[in-house]
Amino acid sequence: MQVEQLEILDFLRAHPPFDELPEEVLQRVATAVDVRYYKAGEQIVEFGQPAEYWHVVRSGAVEVFRRNGTLYNRLTAGGYFGEFGLLRHGRVRFPVQALEDTLLYLIPQPVFLELFENNEAFADQVEIEDRTRLRQVMSRREDANDLMSATVDTLVGRPAVTLGSGASAREAAQRMTEEGVSSLLIVDDNPQVPELPLLSGILTDRDLRTRLLAPGLGYDIPVADIMTADVVTVAHNQLVFEAMLAMLRHNVHHLPVMKNQRPLGIIALSDIIRYESRNSLFVVGSIFRAQSVDELAALVPDVRACFVRMLGEDASSHMVGSAMAAIGRSFKQRLLELAEAELGAPPVPYCFLALGSMARQEQLIVTDQDNALVLDNRFDPVRHDVYFKALAAFVSDGLARCGYSYCSGGVMATNEKWRQPLRVWERTFTDWIERPTPESLLNAGIFFDLDGVWGRVEWAAQLRELVARKAKGNSRFLACMARNALLRTPPLGFFKDFVVESDGRHTRVINIKRRGTAPLADLIRVHALAIGSASINSFERLKDIIDAAILPLGRGQDLYDALEFISMVRARHQAESLAAGEEPDNSIDPEKLSEFERKSLRDAFLILGNAQKFLKYRYQPGRAN
Amino acid sequence: MLHLGDLKGAQGRAPRRPGDPSGALDWPRRFIDLAAGAGDPRLRAFYACGVPSGDTVLKDVPMVALDVETTGLDPAHDEIVSIGVVPMTLGCIASSASRYWVVRPRAELQPESVTIHAITHAQIDTAPDLGEIVDDLLATLAGRAVVVHCREIERTFLDLALKARIGEGLEFPVIDTMALEARLHRQPAPGLLARLFGRKPEPVSIRLADSRARYRLPRYRAHHALTDALATAELLQAQVAHRFSPDTPLRELWL
Repeated sequence: MQVEQLEILDFLRAHPPFDELPEEVLQRVATAVDVRYYKAGEQIVEFGQPAEYWHVVRSGAVEVFRRNGTLYNRLTAGGYFGEFGLLRHGRVRFPVQALEDTLLYLIPQPVFLELFENNEAFADQVEIEDRTRLRQVMSRREDANDLMSATVDTLVGRPAVTLGSGASAREAAQRMTEEGVSSLLIVDDNPQVPELPLLSGILTDRDLRTRLLAPGLGYDIPVADIMTADVVTVAHNQLVFEAMLAMLRHNVHHLPVMKNQRPLGIIALSDIIRYESRNSLFVVGSIFRAQSVDELAALVPDVRACFVRMLGEDASSHMVGSAMAAIGRSFKQRLLELAEAELGAPPVPYCFLALGSMARQEQLIVTDQDNALVLDNRFDPVRHDVYFKALAAFVSDGLARCGYSYCSGGVMATNEKWRQPLRVWERTFTDWIERPTPESLLNAGIFFDLDGVWGRVEWAAQLRELVARKAKGNSRFLACMARNALLRTPPLGFFKDFVVESDGRHTRVINIKRRGTAPLADLIRVHALAIGSASINSFERLKDIIDAAILPLGRGQDLYDALEFISMVRARHQAESLAAGEEPDNSIDPEKLSEFERKSLRDAFLILGNAQKFLKYRYQPGRAN
Repeated sequence: MLHLGDLKGAQGRAPRRPGDPSGALDWPRRFIDLAAGAGDPRLRAFYACGVPSGDTVLKDVPMVALDVETTGLDPAHDEIVSIGVVPMTLGCIASSASRYWVVRPRAELQPESVTIHAITHAQIDTAPDLGEIVDDLLATLAGRAVVVHCREIERTFLDLALKARIGEGLEFPVIDTMALEARLHRQPAPGLLARLFGRKPEPVSIRLADSRARYRLPRYRAHHALTDALATAELLQAQVAHRFSPDTPLRELWL
């Protein structure tokens, strides 16, 4: 039989989540819809009344409120409400009022429930609650991405070839030739558990070249003398991309894959390249081969192409951020090598610090350089600073040419203030924690996300440890940091093609960094400081925070999903700008988002808003944490 | 519904006014008389269901929005080709319980009306005669106040169609959304000041689509009987929301 509810059918067909439904289901729904008109200002549903219908806005606009009367959401044609009550309590949870003269389509509960049960894509879009919807979106994304879901053991081709540490270099080379491998695992007997030999090192083709042939050592020296002893390994169930990051970070090309303390095999860079041919490793390789700042600057298009490619391949924001940070780090390292080649060896040891998003590994393509220098305590400004000033200028100018613009706030090693001996940094950090001022709190937000990039990187770890130790339990400092973390708030959501601020105002575009990723990172940092977490990356901090159980159940995961989603919107926006030949920025035009993205982004903003409220409540001055 | 031009021929036959001292219509009384006088059992059953009294407040009135599409505007020659009905109350338009019939006219289908309703000869050839669906139609209307936009069409064409088939006409109370719009926009006569200054009020269209637009109801495609019935139902809800109240007695609206 032909459906004659043509207007209803056409409308549903054109709007998510109905557009996900097969035509015959859609036709059935169209014949089940009832209709109701509401004048502007009329109450549509009240809190606690039985939930009978799922409501779809046909025309006009409605406002959804929280129970306490604050605005929760604002919906126009195609928007829907009431699913929570239908799915959970059978009672209306959010009161709704007509903002304009409004025509609503009413879908009776049984019809809605049937749709929800039988149509997965529909249910995913509708969700049980905002955060659940976001969670589902994220997990769907992860499923879709091979690199994200594939574990390293899938790359292991053959069992690792092992050799006792007493063997000679010649025996090692013979063994490698026989087996046709480019690396060997060197093992020691395990006196406690004889059947479980201890992994003492790894030997690669490159080691034979650089540590045996080049220095002209005898072929009979023990293999232990030329192997790499501190072996970086990955667990068999780690993700391929984690292995890739481990290679990037430690600049190694072979990783033993461990399972139950036994080496399962070795994966080489080439395995990953075969697996994932277009990746940031190539860019990193090019960076280290560059012989001048000009050559480095010439790599900028490659960096951008790599970024665009990663997003095209549905990488997660954690992955993109890490890869971009690894690239940024490589630029710094190579620039420092070049600087030292030009200026000579440093007069005293130093550590070059990456700060902020680079340290957190949350860097995207539009980023400025935040960096600083930690100098040896023997540093004497009169004798040594000429060198470090020149070094900082070399790196800073070089970074600017490589696409990392100068920090407008002057947080750069070129600034005398941020070129200090370790003891001064320790004193400064202690001071910021124990006697916070408005200025020092802003600095803490940047400097406490720090990572050593070059030189005595252990000093960076030392400073991080100091911060973790002193901040934890200092409720006054945490309260101040929490207050600062509330300075930037998310917008309420979207209405038509405008961004709605929480006071109801509309703006045209939204700065997704200032209103999304930055306040999230700020908020996560406060919790991380409170629990003394040693992690720098926001996702890793969140894992620590979840483990510490300081958030209400489920909220940590919500934040994780919100951060991932907002970061992805930001990253995709930048990738699209690059692909279109435009200069990427952080301004999101809601008109350019899909309805689905708008809904999910609104969910993420809600989660951020709620998390900020919790932060305010939790870190009150004088409250024991 | 077609109301593109003036209705030709017979003006919608006004229902005989039941004797009532207040001058208001007494439809329940009228239905008792009609039930007593009806020869056809289907009509007798329809009238026996009665109608809500004029005192009934709107929120309690069972209603049904009705629209017919016809081959043309002349009741003497033209006939009904489709009928849409949507049961409703003030609280809910039960689109899910709506009915729609295409019926075969005895007269030839005019090419120009085909283009208007998009009902084709093929559809009509396989459609039943209106006589075959009278049972169903009357059942959906029984006990309810009928909501139409431009009552002359529905009343006249249904009345004549039944007369042609069972020898008896049909009467029923209507709420006419077009008449309600006319009350607002065509009355009262220009005020003294306006007349003094020679200002004429702008003519306001009371067509369905234009009336709906005034209440910010969405634009629907016209000339599909079910869509027009739904459109009329929505318009009535909007009119009541803006200009009456759920506690307005039915007698202030019906005709």
